[in-house]
Amino acid sequence: MDVLGRYRNLIVLVGVLFAQVLGLAVQVKRTTDSEPTRLIRVWAVGTVTPLEKALVWTQTTSRNIWHNYFYLRGVRAENRSLKAQIERMSLEQVRISQDADQARRLQALLAFKEQFISKTMAAQVIGSSGSELSRSVYIDKGEHDGIKPDMAVITADGVVGKVLRVYGSTSLVLLIDDQTSGVGALLDKTRLQGILRGTPSGEVMLEKVMSDETVPAGELVLTSGGDGIFPKGLLVGRVTKVSPGSELFLNIRVRPAADLSRLEEVLVVTKIDERQAEPDRTGATRAIDILAERLPTVPPKPETAEKGATPGAVAPGAGAPGAGAPKTGATTTGVPATATPKTVAPTTGPTTTGARATAAPTTTGSPAKPKAAPPAASASSGVPAAKKTASPGSSSGTGSGTSLATSATATGTPAVKAAPKPVKAAAQTQPQPKPQPAVQDSPH
Amino acid sequence: MAITYTSGEQVEVYRFSLPATILIPLIAVFLQAWLPLRFHFFTIFDLPLLVVIGFATARRNPLAGLVTGGLIGILQDALTHQPIGLYGISKTVVGFGASSLGIKLDVENAGARFLLTIFFYVVHEVVYFMIARGLVGLRMAWSWPHELLSGVANALLGVLVFMLLDRVKHRT
Repeated sequence: MDVLGRYRNLIVLVGVLFAQVLGLAVQVKRTTDSEPTRLIRVWAVGTVTPLEKALVWTQTTSRNIWHNYFYLRGVRAENRSLKAQIERMSLEQVRISQDADQARRLQALLAFKEQFISKTMAAQVIGSSGSELSRSVYIDKGEHDGIKPDMAVITADGVVGKVLRVYGSTSLVLLIDDQTSGVGALLDKTRLQGILRGTPSGEVMLEKVMSDETVPAGELVLTSGGDGIFPKGLLVGRVTKVSPGSELFLNIRVRPAADLSRLEEVLVVTKIDERQAEPDRTGATRAIDILAERLPTVPPKPETAEKGATPGAVAPGAGAPGAGAPKTGATTTGVPATATPKTVAPTTGPTTTGARATAAPTTTGSPAKPKAAPPAASASSGVPAAKKTASPGSSSGTGSGTSLATSATATGTPAVKAAPKPVKAAAQTQPQPKPQPAVQDSPH
Repeated sequence: MAITYTSGEQVEVYRFSLPATILIPLIAVFLQAWLPLRFHFFTIFDLPLLVVIGFATARRNPLAGLVTGGLIGILQDALTHQPIGLYGISKTVVGFGASSLGIKLDVENAGARFLLTIFFYVVHEVVYFMIARGLVGLRMAWSWPHELLSGVANALLGVLVFMLLDRVKHRT
C-alpha cells in the first residue's frame, strides 16, 4: 500500500496515458469512411461553434452596415468601371460561347457525358480546427441545410476542399492543403493527370506525374473529375515549381487558386448533374450583333408614316416589334426589295444583321430591337441584295424588317395587304434536293 | 532571487473558481479555432497549451494537472479531423510535468515562466510528433529551428497569459 501511495501520481499518469493510447489505437484501426461521428466531437463542436457563429454574425453585420451606409464613396467610379468591364466581358463571352458551342457539338458527336454544377449553397466560414496538422475549417451550414459528407467546396477563385463531417448546423471542411486530402487533378495544357495532395507544412503537391514529362511552371491545374467529388474542369491552382522526385515521379508544387488562409465565404456544391452533351441550337450571338446594338438609331417619325406614299416611309404597323417580317411584299409578290447600303433602320423589325443576304435570320424570332441594317442586307427572298432592283427614293428603309414596308410602298401596294405569310414561307424554304446522280438500273 | 525552493520555504498553492476553470479553457480553445482565420500567423501559437501550463503551475497538483491537460487536449482534438487523443496525451504529459515541476521551482517570476513555457512547448511537440508519426502514421517532418522559434513565440505570449491567470487565481 505504501508503494501505491508513494507512486500514486505516477500510476494515475500511466493509467490515463494508457487509456488514451488504447483509445487512439482503436480509432486508428477503425478509421473508415462509414465511421460515425463520435459524441465527444458533437459536444465539442456544439460548444465552440455557436460562439464562432455569433462572433462572425456580429462581424458581418457591422461590416455590412459600414459598407451599405457609410462607405459609399467611390461607388459611381466603381459602377463605371464595372460597366466597362461588362462590355469587355460580353464581347469575350461571344467568343467563348462560340468555342463552347463548337465543343458541345464535338462532345455530342462523341456521345460525351458532361458534368456540371447544378446547385450550390453559400456558406460562411466560422472557424478552423486550430491545428497546423489538421487543415480544416468549419462552415455555418450542416445537416439541416442539406449538406452531406463528400460534397465539394469551392469559391469563385477555385477549389477549397470537401465536406468531411456534418453536424446539425455546421460542417467540417477538409482543405486541399491537408496531408490527408486528395484531389484528382490534371494539367490544363499538357492534360497530364495526377493526384493533388497536401503536405505537413501546408504546401500542395501534384503527385504521380512521371518524371519524363515536361511540366512548365505557371501551368494551370484543374480538377479531373476522377475522384467522384469534384466535377471536371474546376480551377485548383497553378504550378509554381517542378523538380525531379525521388522515384519515377516529378515533384510539382502547386499554389492553390483559392486563398485557403483567408476564407470567408464558400460555395458547397450540393448537386452535380450529368447529361449528354448537346449542341446549342438557340443560335449564338455574334460580336457584330453586340456592336450593332451600340450604334445610334434614328428615332421613329410618326408624320412620315401618315404620309404613306412617301418613298421610304414605313407603313402603319410595320414598325411594330416583330410585325415587319410577315408584312413583306417582296418575298411573296416577287417585287424586288430595296437594298440600300449605309442606312439605318428607322423602326424596329426582325433583324437581319448578318452580312449574308439570305432570309434565314429573319425567321428565327430574333429580338425586335432597333438595330443597324448592315450593308447589302436584303429582304428575305433569298435573293442576293446586289441583284435586286433598287427602288428610287427608298433610301430610308432597308434591311429585312423595314425594307418590307418600303418595298410595298414602292410598288404602290398597301403594306398590310401585301404579304400573307411571306417570310415564314421564305424561311421554311425546303432544302433543295440535291441532284441525284442518275442511277442506271440496267443489269450489268 | 532563487529559482528553486528549499525545504524550508513554503510552496504557495493556488486554486481557480469553477467558472474560471470551465470558461478559461473554453475561451482558449475557441480563440485557437477562431483567430487563425483572421490572423494566419496565429497557427504557431497553442493557447490551450499555455492555459494547461498556467493552471498546472499554479495548482501544483500533478493529478489536477494531468486531468486538466487531458481534458483540454481532448477538447482540442475533437475540433480536428485527426483521431482523438493526439493533443490529449501530449497535454496530459505537459500538465503532469508542469505541476510536478511547479512544486520545485519558483514560477512566479516572468523569466522562469518564459523558460518553463519553452521547455514544455518542446516537450509537447516531441510527444505529439512521436504519437502522430508512430501510432497514427501521419507524415510529419521535425524542424528544430521551427520548433524553437515557435517555442519562443509561445513563451512570450505565455508570460502575458500567466499574468492574466494571476488575476483570477486565489491562494488556498
